[in-house]
Amino acid sequence: MWIAVATITGLALIAGLLLSYAKQRFPAKSDDIVDSVNDLLPQTQCAQCGYPGCRPYAVAIVDGAANINLCPPGGEDTVRRLADLLGREPMPLEDTTRSDMSTTVAVIDESRCIGCMHCRSACPVDAIIGTHQLMHTVIASECTGCELCLPPCPVDCITLEVIR
Amino acid sequence: MSAAATYDLGKLHGGLRLPSEKEVSTTEKILHAPIPDQLVLPLTQHVGNPSQPIIGIGERVLKGQLIANTDGSLGAPIHAPSSGKIVAIEPWPVSRRNGETAPCIIIECDGNDQAIETAEIIVDYTKLDPDSLLHKIMQGGIVGLGGAVFPTAQKLMQAITAPLEHLILNGIECEPYISCDDMLMREYAADVIQGAQILMHALSLSQCHVAVESDKPEALIALGEALAQIDEPRIVLKQVPSIYPSGGEDQLVQLVTNKEVPSGGLPTDVGCVVQNVGTAAAINRWVCHGEPLISRVTTITGHGVAKPVNVLARIGTTIADIVTLAGGYTEHARQLIIGGPMTGRSVSTDRVPLVKASNCVLVLADEITQGNERPCIRCGECAEVCPIQLLPQQLYWFACADNEAKLRKFGLIDCIECGCCDLVCPSHIPLTADFRMAKGRMRELADEKARAERAKQRFETRNLRIRQEQEQRDKELANQKETARLFATSKIKAIVDRARKKSTDDQDEEQ
Amino acid sequence: MEFNRRDAPFVTPATNVQSIMLQVLYALIPAALAYVWYFGPGLILNFIVAAIFCAAGEAAMLHIRGKSVETGLTDFSALVTAALLAFALPALTPWWVTATAALFGVVVAKHLYGGLGFNIFNPAMAGYVVAMVSFPMHMNLWTAPRMGDLDYHYMTILESARYMLTGTFPDYLSFDAISRATPLDTVKAGLRNLQTFEEIRVNSVMGDFGGRGWEWIGNYIAMGGAWLLMRKIIRWQIPFGVLAGLLIPSAILYFLEPGIHASPGFFMFSGGTMLCAFFIATDPVSAATSNKGRLIYGFGVGFLIFAIRTWGSYADGVAFAILMMNMSVPAIDYLTKPHIVGHDRGPKGLS
Repeated sequence: MWIAVATITGLALIAGLLLSYAKQRFPAKSDDIVDSVNDLLPQTQCAQCGYPGCRPYAVAIVDGAANINLCPPGGEDTVRRLADLLGREPMPLEDTTRSDMSTTVAVIDESRCIGCMHCRSACPVDAIIGTHQLMHTVIASECTGCELCLPPCPVDCITLEVIR
Repeated sequence: MSAAATYDLGKLHGGLRLPSEKEVSTTEKILHAPIPDQLVLPLTQHVGNPSQPIIGIGERVLKGQLIANTDGSLGAPIHAPSSGKIVAIEPWPVSRRNGETAPCIIIECDGNDQAIETAEIIVDYTKLDPDSLLHKIMQGGIVGLGGAVFPTAQKLMQAITAPLEHLILNGIECEPYISCDDMLMREYAADVIQGAQILMHALSLSQCHVAVESDKPEALIALGEALAQIDEPRIVLKQVPSIYPSGGEDQLVQLVTNKEVPSGGLPTDVGCVVQNVGTAAAINRWVCHGEPLISRVTTITGHGVAKPVNVLARIGTTIADIVTLAGGYTEHARQLIIGGPMTGRSVSTDRVPLVKASNCVLVLADEITQGNERPCIRCGECAEVCPIQLLPQQLYWFACADNEAKLRKFGLIDCIECGCCDLVCPSHIPLTADFRMAKGRMRELADEKARAERAKQRFETRNLRIRQEQEQRDKELANQKETARLFATSKIKAIVDRARKKSTDDQDEEQ
Repeated sequence: MEFNRRDAPFVTPATNVQSIMLQVLYALIPAALAYVWYFGPGLILNFIVAAIFCAAGEAAMLHIRGKSVETGLTDFSALVTAALLAFALPALTPWWVTATAALFGVVVAKHLYGGLGFNIFNPAMAGYVVAMVSFPMHMNLWTAPRMGDLDYHYMTILESARYMLTGTFPDYLSFDAISRATPLDTVKAGLRNLQTFEEIRVNSVMGDFGGRGWEWIGNYIAMGGAWLLMRKIIRWQIPFGVLAGLLIPSAILYFLEPGIHASPGFFMFSGGTMLCAFFIATDPVSAATSNKGRLIYGFGVGFLIFAIRTWGSYADGVAFAILMMNMSVPAIDYLTKPHIVGHDRGPKGLS
């Protein structure tokens, strides 16, 4: 019986050594992982997670600095997919109050716009075009509904409209 | 000469032999419908963009007159089916939207049925080159009358850019109840054959197969006689077994040539052009007789009408008027379907007009209610009958799970929505409806993914731009500092030099 | 005139699950009659007990899971499970053994995996295996078939019921008097004792070609299966695969090493072979789905039956063969996806 125990233990040790060698020799490329995580995020670039955009959040997730449940626009679906990809526990969303951003776009009221460029600098996907003292407008097809342009506007001329 | 020859046919997987239900509507000849009081012409009766009206309210029009034209994009012109006055251009219930409204031109007919002059329209097509002939066909408002209503001229213009081998005329009516093509072939066989000749000229092809099911002996005889009369050796009849859905374009290509049309591709990718026999006849009527597409043969049938029959009616006749020609509704009438029982559309009202696509008006007596849907028992019968050799069972699981990647991999976009799988499912699962929804969902997800990808690109481009602007500023600042430093150094040196020189000069002066 | 709207297609399917299950039950009737003739009315009693517990288990689970009990029970799949169990279990199984098998099969193997359509393992076989492993003594006591022996007693239905419910025999009977090793048991024991197959054949329990009683039951089951094939309830790939998987290795070994293996004909008609080929392996939920996959699945089942009977320790081996192939069905399905019309014919399944 002891021979059997010794054999199995020996085999387990060998298998363990092989696996750790493989991990050293063929490390998972961390860039690929960040890309994979970024691909699962909704690309709203709204910074609700506390990071300035989806890719920085992806980097933080892979580094272990951030939880996977901080993205409201991604919703439960994204939490689940991230959990599947990274082998972590899925958990409920941290904050669900602003999760339906993909159905809204920002619209500038052209009669009130003063051409100050603040909203243009705030947009994380450059979906606002315009220049000093000239009319600004939102390219509706590129707007992700992240709402980052609303606070900087000094005349409050930007509203959100539901499109879907 | 023999009526038809059966050549080596390709093999079609799956499919079903369905009860034909066509006997009742084929006992009498085609009924020629009288001119109704009102004709309703929807502006979209084809694949593509709506046509634009070129007439105004109150104008008088003649039969065959152009009343709406394409704007240059994909579409087909619309002609007045009879003479009368334009009374309105407004929303009206249409079958394409299941009874919801769409813009239509409404003509009040004067009953004279006076036609425009056709002398200058009729051409000798043999003297035209293919391009001009195709442009001529475009002006006739001809679209695919098998149900797809793709603008024929544009389809042929695309076709001639590819190497072509076969022209196939689709005389296969595999769906139950529908018999309009059968009756057309029986009574207008000459039109069909001449239409085939025009098509061969336009496509520069020297061979045409006319595919007809073997359970339509009268049609085969009529076509055979028409061929014998004009001694046309380039056109051959091909008998095929009557299996649903062998009348689908891709399926017919596979059956006749044994080649598979690539997924997402067209029959022209394997050198084939398929045209419905009704389309061929319409081309002939336009090119050789000057009559644009203003009428079609339609089957009115089902247990909900008293006397099922085929009618030759003007486009724009309301279904209510058409049903009157078939003896009116019976007391069992429950469901109104435009098309066949497998792929038709159920509409909510009989005010919808007959359009170019309306091959059948089916009034069913039973309201088909959704049976008790049970879980899938994995019997695999659906895969046995699928003509595309898909695995409907797997697609069903993936559609329930919203698994877009697996749906794509298992070929959901290749599903032709024929309904065979529904018919054999013992658990009564509405597979075709589920697949339709899943396809819509896949399109939605693909759209979302594309948007997210664009947002990601723009975000990264913006970051790059900001980084570059920052680097630019830093570089300039460094340059300025360097210049200042150098400038300062040289200036100090100059001062020191001057001071030295001055002190040397002073010293010299003192001595 | 106005109408209600619906989606195409506007047809009602001609088949339904209830009629399929009922036809499977009808196909078993000739075999059931033969069974009762040879082995006594125990089959009927087993079926009643199994049906009660299968239905009760199913109703309870459907209720707990919040599903419609009526829809779930009226598809008769629980009855088919009960029928297969009745055929698989010995004729005089005590009621609590049958109940255990039935409850395990329906509750654990079927509903805990998701209910009808979601179970990976054949519920009847899973239940049978649990009973086999938990109550080996009771599961190996088979009654003797009607053989024309002078001292053979054919138990009446009341005597059988009394035994199954209480475990007691009428005074003039004991279990030894009515029980007998099955033909497969006899073959296995005999071959182990280094007898040749021809010598074992002499035993009266071996019957004419497949074991007394069992050979005719096997025949009737095959006829029932042929009827199901004609009605297109089952397709030919699985029965063909099972029989081929059993007969081909058996024939090869029978001719290479004659005498120490049972004949292919014997294998085919004895024990649960025919029942497996036409009724158990063809259970659509736990079998492979593509036609090619079904051939592979059937062949695997047949080969495993042969392997267990020849080299394993169980006399029959059908249940374990089925369960092992059930496990490999997802892999078989993955590797045997048919070519989609219009797609490239790339590497199968792995693209």
